[in-house]
Amino acid sequence: MTNRTFVLTCLTPLLIFSLAFLAFPLMRLFLASVEGDNGWAVYLDIIRKPRYINTLVLTVLVSLATTFAALAVSTTAGMFLVRNKFRGRNILLSILTLPLAFPGVVIGFLIILLGGRQGLINQITPGHVVFAYSVLGLFLGYLYFSIPRVLLTVMAAAEKLDPALEEAARTLGANPFRVVVDVILPGLMPSLIASGAIAFATAMGAFGTAFTLATNIDVIPMVIYTEFTLSANIAMAAALSIVLGIVTWILLLIARSLSGTTVAAGG
Amino acid sequence: MTLNLTTTAKTFGDGTKALLPTNLKVNTGEIVSLLGPSGCGKTTLLRIIAGLETPDPGGKIWFDSDDVTDLPVERRQVGMVFQSYALFPNMSVRANIGYGLKMKKLPKADIEARVSEVLEMCQLNDYAQRAITALSGGQRQRVALARAIAPRPRLLLLDEPLSALDAALRETLRDELAILLRKFNITAIFVTHDQNEAMAIADRVAVMSHGEIVQSGTPEELYRKPNSTFVASFVGSAMHLAGEINGSKLKLKGGEVSLPADGTGCEAFVRAENIQINKNGSLSGYVDTVTFLGTHYRVGISGVISEPITSIFSGNKVPKLGEKIRLTIETQSILLLPSKA
Repeated sequence: MTNRTFVLTCLTPLLIFSLAFLAFPLMRLFLASVEGDNGWAVYLDIIRKPRYINTLVLTVLVSLATTFAALAVSTTAGMFLVRNKFRGRNILLSILTLPLAFPGVVIGFLIILLGGRQGLINQITPGHVVFAYSVLGLFLGYLYFSIPRVLLTVMAAAEKLDPALEEAARTLGANPFRVVVDVILPGLMPSLIASGAIAFATAMGAFGTAFTLATNIDVIPMVIYTEFTLSANIAMAAALSIVLGIVTWILLLIARSLSGTTVAAGG
Repeated sequence: MTLNLTTTAKTFGDGTKALLPTNLKVNTGEIVSLLGPSGCGKTTLLRIIAGLETPDPGGKIWFDSDDVTDLPVERRQVGMVFQSYALFPNMSVRANIGYGLKMKKLPKADIEARVSEVLEMCQLNDYAQRAITALSGGQRQRVALARAIAPRPRLLLLDEPLSALDAALRETLRDELAILLRKFNITAIFVTHDQNEAMAIADRVAVMSHGEIVQSGTPEELYRKPNSTFVASFVGSAMHLAGEINGSKLKLKGGEVSLPADGTGCEAFVRAENIQINKNGSLSGYVDTVTFLGTHYRVGISGVISEPITSIFSGNKVPKLGEKIRLTIETQSILLLPSKA
């Protein structure tokens, strides 16, 4: 066997995988979206009809808010956990990463227990405070399962930061705030972008949490589900899936190109 | 600027005494080296001066007449060159050098002018726009130095500035660094474990061991008049002649040598260049190793004392391996030092 045929043989599993699990289903999905009564106009409907476009915008906004909040919370917590060794640190860390083990439905349930009509917040506060079924509840649920993903990535990167860089900045007159802006954040940037991308993509496609919480509001995965199961509008469900995929992909592409420039600036 | 440390000590959280109470004075424009083996407390001392470590209560650090003991590092106005250089990878060479000036909130034009001046001084003009990763080790070292010096610090601190370089480059850059430091005309302290580096760069060397400064003086003083067996063996690697002292004679395994009348103790030390191979010598031994070093040979000899000793030989008739030879040790070259406490 020559070297060339050997390499080609090694590529066969990848080829089969790409065709079977990516190319064929996506192609079928795309065809399904334009095979409906309206044909290509199904994509115009998404832009024209407020129900679809508003849901799409809301989904993107909630996902973006989740991503940035998760980045902010996890970066500060992660830096603290890396820099400080204390009793119970490992237990705290395992609690923080616990949501990784929960399916979305359980997380939605947790949010209902916290902010539902029978929830903790409603019981201990005077007046009627129910947020579980609002955008806020959805945001908190998404944030809850995004934090561990971002936290673990940020901690791995924070451990590799050279403490001498921070010391160098301080000897040059940088106050602690400048050290964060000029040294720590640029050092963490590649991992912030990578984990932020994961958090964003997960939030865009999250279904279980949305299914439990989104009774009054709609997010795209919910709309796809209702179009498909209730209205049997397969073309619209397929078109929305395609649009959800493309929007997520474009935003991730932008994030990746940003990370490219920071890496280039960082050498 | 004059630096003055009084009874400055450092005990770490786990009870390790990294630095015993230390006094150190560095005069304006003086370049002092802290020399010692790893773990002797030299880096801790440097970090205390920089403000990166807090000394134990009781210690005081003075920059001229200012007590800076409680001043945080960013307000001490010290320039520091780190062992790893710690250059900001997300900034160009120019931005790295200008960082300290930017923190001082100087006008842009002033920053540009000063950065250009420092680039010129450190011969980095051609690399100003480069990314840090596109620089060689020697260039990085110069950028680190330029960055430390640009904001005109009161004191320059260097932590093993040459140890990250390979051996050949280290020697060239050692001389370059010595010239640059004199050109800056700044009070500087630099930490090293390499006696050649300390001697080449510093006006004064403070030798440290086990958390304290054991002797401080010019390189010549340390070499010629070490005050302890540690300094003698660490600076210029003097060898211990272990034997029996009988009046003014020292009886060794391979013969007798006369001891000098003056000395601060009764442990005899000698350096390799003072052991001569000489057929009329009073000592005898066997040639173990012969290493050609270009300008001279280094000859390892056994049988003179229980340990092997080294002699420097620069004649033509090279001793052969295993050959029995005779040696002389000049009485005046023997150092008599107090035994270890």
